[in-house]
Amino acid sequence: MPRVQLALTSAGFRRYATYRQATVAGAFTNTVFGFLRCYILLSVAATAGGTVAGYGGPELATYVWMGQGLLAVVASWDQLDLAERVRSGDVVADLLRPVDPLWTYLWGELGRACFMVLTRFLVPTLIGAIAFGLYRPQHAVTYALFALSTLAAVLISFCCRYLIGLSAFWLLDIRGVTVFWVFVSGFASGLYFPLAVLPGWLSTALWVATPFPGLMQGPLDVMVERGGIGNALLVCVGQVAWVGILLLVCKWAQARAVRKLVVQGG
Amino acid sequence: MAEPGRLTIYTRVLRAQIRSQAQYRLSFAFELFASMLTNALDIATVFVLFSVGGGLGGFGAREVLLMAALSAASFATADLTMGNVDNLRVYIRRGVFDSLLLRPLSALGQLMAVTFALRRVGRAVLGLTLYTVALCVADIDWDIPRLLFAIVVPFTGAAFFCSLFVAGATVAFWWIESGEVANAFTYGGRDFTSYPSNMYGGWFRDLFTLGLGFGFVAYFPALALTGQPDPLGVPGWLHWCSPLVTLAAMCLAAVFWRFGVRHYRSTGS
Amino acid sequence: MIISARGLRKDFTVNRKVGRFRRERHVVSAVDGVDLSVERGEMLGYIGPNGAGKSTTLKMLTGVLTPSGGEVTVCGLAPVAKRTTLARRIGVVFGQRSQLWWDLPLAESFSLLRHIYRVPDSDHAARLKMCSQLLALDEFIETPVRQLSLGQRMRGELTAALLHGPEVLFLDEPTIGLDVLSKQAVRDFLAGVATRGDTTVVLTTHDLADIEKLCRRLVVIDHGRVVHDGTVDELHARYRSRRVIVADLDTPWPDGLTLPGADVTSVTADGHRVTLALDGATAGEVVAALAGAVPLRDLSVQEPEIEDVIAKLYRS
Repeated sequence: MPRVQLALTSAGFRRYATYRQATVAGAFTNTVFGFLRCYILLSVAATAGGTVAGYGGPELATYVWMGQGLLAVVASWDQLDLAERVRSGDVVADLLRPVDPLWTYLWGELGRACFMVLTRFLVPTLIGAIAFGLYRPQHAVTYALFALSTLAAVLISFCCRYLIGLSAFWLLDIRGVTVFWVFVSGFASGLYFPLAVLPGWLSTALWVATPFPGLMQGPLDVMVERGGIGNALLVCVGQVAWVGILLLVCKWAQARAVRKLVVQGG
Repeated sequence: MAEPGRLTIYTRVLRAQIRSQAQYRLSFAFELFASMLTNALDIATVFVLFSVGGGLGGFGAREVLLMAALSAASFATADLTMGNVDNLRVYIRRGVFDSLLLRPLSALGQLMAVTFALRRVGRAVLGLTLYTVALCVADIDWDIPRLLFAIVVPFTGAAFFCSLFVAGATVAFWWIESGEVANAFTYGGRDFTSYPSNMYGGWFRDLFTLGLGFGFVAYFPALALTGQPDPLGVPGWLHWCSPLVTLAAMCLAAVFWRFGVRHYRSTGS
Repeated sequence: MIISARGLRKDFTVNRKVGRFRRERHVVSAVDGVDLSVERGEMLGYIGPNGAGKSTTLKMLTGVLTPSGGEVTVCGLAPVAKRTTLARRIGVVFGQRSQLWWDLPLAESFSLLRHIYRVPDSDHAARLKMCSQLLALDEFIETPVRQLSLGQRMRGELTAALLHGPEVLFLDEPTIGLDVLSKQAVRDFLAGVATRGDTTVVLTTHDLADIEKLCRRLVVIDHGRVVHDGTVDELHARYRSRRVIVADLDTPWPDGLTLPGADVTSVTADGHRVTLALDGATAGEVVAALAGAVPLRDLSVQEPEIEDVIAKLYRS
């Protein structure tokens, strides 16, 4: 990795590493929710004859606990500083730098994600493995695909939040957009329940037409080898395609925003 | 002129707060709508999971609805009145808490008034409506004690959650970045109480249901109203004890709060 | 005695980082045994360098912070135990905090405060009228507080602190960040409060001009302890701060020339301006001796600067 990108990434990492207490507090909360959701899903599975929508016990435990861990890594609920900087006008300084702010933010975000993987992802995953036992993938390649899928999930989340930040150029108050995003990304990403529980047409529509399942359900399905390696590859390809599309949209929206800034003076 | 009552003063402070918020009308409307949607989604989640096996913890749809609705009504009412007291940490960090302590009113009362968020009224209304519906469809052998209990219990549940909100906020006097820990018990408590407690297992179930008292928000009251025995074997008279448990929680929270205020270290100059 | 503190102290425990992961607990005394007694109607300047414990003392006197030790009463009440009762009898302005409602017009904040403090209508109206005349509030009283300039806001804060007719007024840095005109307005207003004599005022500040213009009595605190309590003149006497004579000469100051009862403190490079500090002799004697020794062109006598004295005090 060239030097600038490395510096940006490590800055993102170190920035979050200073919030030690918040990290502990967050991991604790993830753990409590892990127990809560895991027991609920296991109880549902017991009532329904052992599985929920084709997920068995270890798959459900993995879905819940790694899901709690991914929550902080993907961070779809935290907004980027960009929104605040657009609102305050500080964004002009970002646009004046020789590096495209899209990439500046992206590398910083990857640094943040790395830190979260080492802390907020590992802690619930370990606790879940000890308390409930998680699913053990059959193929070694699954781990690599899971890493790829998680990276794609981080990027999808980043692009969406970058777009929300950019929307502050046109909207006076982006709280509405933010609330809408939190709602949709929670429900349609499979955070509350596995998407396979939904009626077939609805879950298919979400997978095909929106990037949201790629935020959580995608990596988790890859990890529990749902539908085998073939499906895992399909999930990854879909995610990567969404990353490409969303990055292009970000570039386009940013160009419009810059033009608006230059023409109207902000 | 007669001296105005304490309540009137708080009402005035509250009205001022609402007037300030009303200046941002569009996002207010949006947030009102979105918060109702989230609440509806929480209930919908319960029923999505219900539909998978045709039951939750051995209870039928009417009992599950009663528990989920009671939890939603309690939490949303608490959230409306006290849900924002965890902003205390922001107030402490910015030093604004000082100015609350300098006025001749209770600091907690003022904190409630200045963090009051009217947009949450939608959720509370939705929760209470749902609870009424759940009461109507539930299989309840109505008598006077049950009627009184049914009226009281969403409010004792709300008071229970209020105590949690206050206790969680109080931690900020020592640990400013503690917000997420409190969430585990407030929002976690809401999720916990939305489902029958017998769905959980091991020490986790005992700790949350009996140790922390979450069973007394929705699970035990629903059993008391429908007259069903507890699959966990908790004796029937205990199902009626929600008001007492809430009272204990409120006392603990109040003591903790006073202790916290004494340990307030006003930061900054 | 309206304020009395004996052995007042406040300790904070802080975790200091030692190495990469270890932390050590330290106890820091922000206020370390302060004795203070203030009579009704006095106007007291309470000064000290950053972190000396000024604000912490003020917060203990107003019931915001619980003291770690010592005794304190304000208006005969224990501040923390009787916080809400005391709050009605004191007024507080923290220069960097606002007690006004950010999104509401000033007038609405005032009327809310009237209810909160349960002030009778007529008293409220009379005090508001007086304040708005002295502080020229009329031009911005209907503006939301968030749109006010700092100077306007401070005038609003002063009014808000006085509307319930407090017996003691605590002011923490009331002139910080204000422009020259606003500073002047605030000082004139406070001088007016002082001359009426029914309100006791305790003022902390960094701006010593505030103190010179307003306070006869001065309490200096450093490292949590009182290092001076007395009048401004007593402070000068104690630190032997001296009047200074600056003389402009037609010819350069002769090397090695001394005058009885005065020290030469500086001579400019060209030797045409000399500064002398009085040391025993009167200004008249020194001027006479000076006129006899060198051709004088111009001359001025300067009072000792309070800043210099305070700086000396902090350093010692």
